[in-house]
Amino acid sequence: MTSGATEATFAALVLPFLGAVVAPVLAGRFGARAAWGLAVLPALSFLHFCSLVPEIAGGAPVTGGYAWVPSYNLSFSWYLDGLSLTFALLVTGIGALIVLYAGGYLKGHVLQGRFLAFLFLFMGAMLGLVVSDSFLMLFIFWEMTSITSFLLIGFDHERRAARRAALQALVITGGGGLFLLAGLLLLWNVTDVTHMSLALPYGEALKASPYYLAVLLLVLMAAFTKSAQFPFHAWLPNAMEAPTPVSAYLHSATMVKAGIYLLMRLYPALGGTAAWEIILPVFGGLTLIVGAVMAVGESDLKRMLAYTTLASLGLLVLLLGAGGDDAVEAAVLYLMAHALFKGAFFMLAGILDHETGSRDITALGGLVSAMPLTFAITLAAALSMGGLPPFFGFLAKEEIYAALAGGNLRAILLTATVVLGNALMFAAAFVIALKPFLGARKPTPRAPHEAPILLWLAPAVLALAGLVAALLSPRFHALFSTPMASAVRAAPAPVEIGPMPHFGLPLLLSVVTILVGIAVWLLADRLRPAVARLVATLSPGPDAAFDEFIAGLLALARRVTRLTQPGRLHIYMTVMFATLAAALFVTPALYGEWPAWPRFAPLLPSEAMIFAVAVIGLGAVITARQRLTAIVALGIQGFAVAVIFVFYSAPDLAFTQFMVETLSVVILTLVMMRLRLSVVDRRAPRRRLVDGALALGGGFGLVLLTLKTLETPFDPALSLFFGQWSRVIAHGRNVVNVIIVDFRGTDTLGEIAVVTAAGLAVLALLRRRSTRRGKA
Amino acid sequence: MNTPIFRAFAVPLTALMLIASLFILLRGHNAPGGGFIGGLVAAAAFALQAAAFGPKAVRRAVKVSPLSVAAFGLSAACVAGLFSALADMPFMTGLWIEPHLFGITVPLSTVMLFDAGVYLVVVGAVTAIALAVEEEEP
Repeated sequence: MTSGATEATFAALVLPFLGAVVAPVLAGRFGARAAWGLAVLPALSFLHFCSLVPEIAGGAPVTGGYAWVPSYNLSFSWYLDGLSLTFALLVTGIGALIVLYAGGYLKGHVLQGRFLAFLFLFMGAMLGLVVSDSFLMLFIFWEMTSITSFLLIGFDHERRAARRAALQALVITGGGGLFLLAGLLLLWNVTDVTHMSLALPYGEALKASPYYLAVLLLVLMAAFTKSAQFPFHAWLPNAMEAPTPVSAYLHSATMVKAGIYLLMRLYPALGGTAAWEIILPVFGGLTLIVGAVMAVGESDLKRMLAYTTLASLGLLVLLLGAGGDDAVEAAVLYLMAHALFKGAFFMLAGILDHETGSRDITALGGLVSAMPLTFAITLAAALSMGGLPPFFGFLAKEEIYAALAGGNLRAILLTATVVLGNALMFAAAFVIALKPFLGARKPTPRAPHEAPILLWLAPAVLALAGLVAALLSPRFHALFSTPMASAVRAAPAPVEIGPMPHFGLPLLLSVVTILVGIAVWLLADRLRPAVARLVATLSPGPDAAFDEFIAGLLALARRVTRLTQPGRLHIYMTVMFATLAAALFVTPALYGEWPAWPRFAPLLPSEAMIFAVAVIGLGAVITARQRLTAIVALGIQGFAVAVIFVFYSAPDLAFTQFMVETLSVVILTLVMMRLRLSVVDRRAPRRRLVDGALALGGGFGLVLLTLKTLETPFDPALSLFFGQWSRVIAHGRNVVNVIIVDFRGTDTLGEIAVVTAAGLAVLALLRRRSTRRGKA
Repeated sequence: MNTPIFRAFAVPLTALMLIASLFILLRGHNAPGGGFIGGLVAAAAFALQAAAFGPKAVRRAVKVSPLSVAAFGLSAACVAGLFSALADMPFMTGLWIEPHLFGITVPLSTVMLFDAGVYLVVVGAVTAIALAVEEEEP
């Protein structure tokens, strides 16, 4: 691959982030029309990835990247095979359409620029996620999608429900990301490589490793939280609080598929074992049924779609766990079909909401005359979702049934589950596609009329793509489905299914699905309250459990805080000094390493005088009746220490000690006056005894430490080094200063940062006190 | 504390201490002193002035907020460390130039800028704390 192509791919990956920067500016100046210009950016990325299709379809993955931290083998590198490329095309292609749609949807909204910026940020993160080769890059982009999803769900942050939904999504998907990090680190440890493309061939060794199950469970936690598998699904329906473009893009077409992407990516490395083929179908099947049933019980259009999305994600997980080439091919086809029809469906629900002012299925009806175009597009999306020929959904469903149908118990169970789930989804699709448009016209908050082009263009393109892909299926399979399925299998896996129905077991199962679906559709209005009652009897569900969890966490945090931060200075000091004394006495006691009493040289008269001053200062501190006297006396003792430094030719140290002592006395005095302590120190005799014991313990402990330190022979290597080189290479004769500002300058930089932060903290604390007093 | 004698001595003493602090800062590389000690001396000077005339008077005289001075010093220290990047050397490598000004050689270095940054951080942060504690006395 030439270097020019590397740069072009890098540019394609960065373009969405560029969009995030320019979106607020353009939206501020041109309003909704800015969307046309902004959509060009992801469209350009899309075109670049299209240009890579022939090469990748030919079986040659496109790789590239830049070294980042070579010493840790970290790089910003991408690996584009059939799987990554299909995802990249979905992210950028649907992304471009979504930008247009968002332009129309939020027309006239004050914060449209901010919204588009968040959307672009997400797009960049998602694109990075699906092309990442390096583990670390994958993890960073994974968490970035969680964070941008948080920002987008909480976009309407003045509503409590939106804030809660945003937080819930962040906690669940972001928390899952931590499992991903642990899983990837473990994978790194086992395989000794940090890149996906290198780790995948280690599949056999990995499956034999004792850490296989741990890696698998960690990765599954990440995938299940991100792709909203039961019981981590609660955040997805709640995420419908987000504006509709977000639901269409993040919560149906792209982000929720990140978990599926991860499972597909790691399929060659982790898939196909007994654990894989037990866990995935169980959770996928549960999610499929729960989602499909809840969809039928829901009356809010967007929540209905969210539950069908859950069901679809469950179906994908089930297929990946079912085992066999056909199941993987079915998952690949269904994933593409779902991205197209569900993205369109969400946008259509948004149009209904936007143009009528309601998205309650029971409050809408007879809109076909007012919105014929919207009806036509909705019908196309529903036909694909229902799996009817000649739409792409039909191909996916035939492939699913062909893959699952079999004679053993497991195959029968899986098939039955999928038939039931698909039938319920079929019913939900046609409830949404037909109920609002047919029948008697119902009054709506706004007079319904056809949507503007910015709104209908995107869903129309997606719905049409579902039709074209099916009609041109041999070409489509050659370019997309087969390379993607082969990438997941890590072996050639040609996809051959076409849009013409063939007689056989799959078609029979399709017919059963459709018949059951029609029956449910006819009974939909009666089933809805029944499902609601069922949910009520089964509650509290995972959604309530999340609230319980957060409340419990907060209560625990409060209890810990109350224990460790009682807010009384006396307690803090007692704990600190008791710990100090304990640390200094317990260690030598445990190891029996008490220092020996050294033989001191006889004191010079000058030294004796200074020691006397220090002792007098100390006595004054202890016996002083007034606090102010004690503080000043403490200063005397400090000055005596400074003079001792002078004797031992440490002028810099002495100088600093003098200044620090002076300022401490001044500041301590001021603090004492501020705190309005009583002038005289009145402590109960018992407390005096305890405090005195602690003081003695700490003091003698430090004496022990000093003596012990003196016992070890002095190593002059550092003194010699600094003495020798300070003048020669650092141009300074004062070794202490040279060490501070040059040899160990980075340490000093950290220290002065701490000094600044301490200043800020003191000011903040004082201001807090004075505002509180001001209120009282 | 604000007796006439104290007030009368405070002004020249503060001025002397400030000059001394600069002297201590600049001689630090070759003789006892440096940014840290110099900064403490200057902070003591401001604390003295505040004790004599009140923290408000000091704030009026200094004009900029002490914490901004600290922040400025921190940035200066960082920038001093970044100069070496221009010479393609690791962060915080000391660089020296020796221009001839008015007939004498004046050695200048990024290390000196760094030490000045330390000085400003210490003056700023300690003065900020002292003034804040002194203000709004009950």
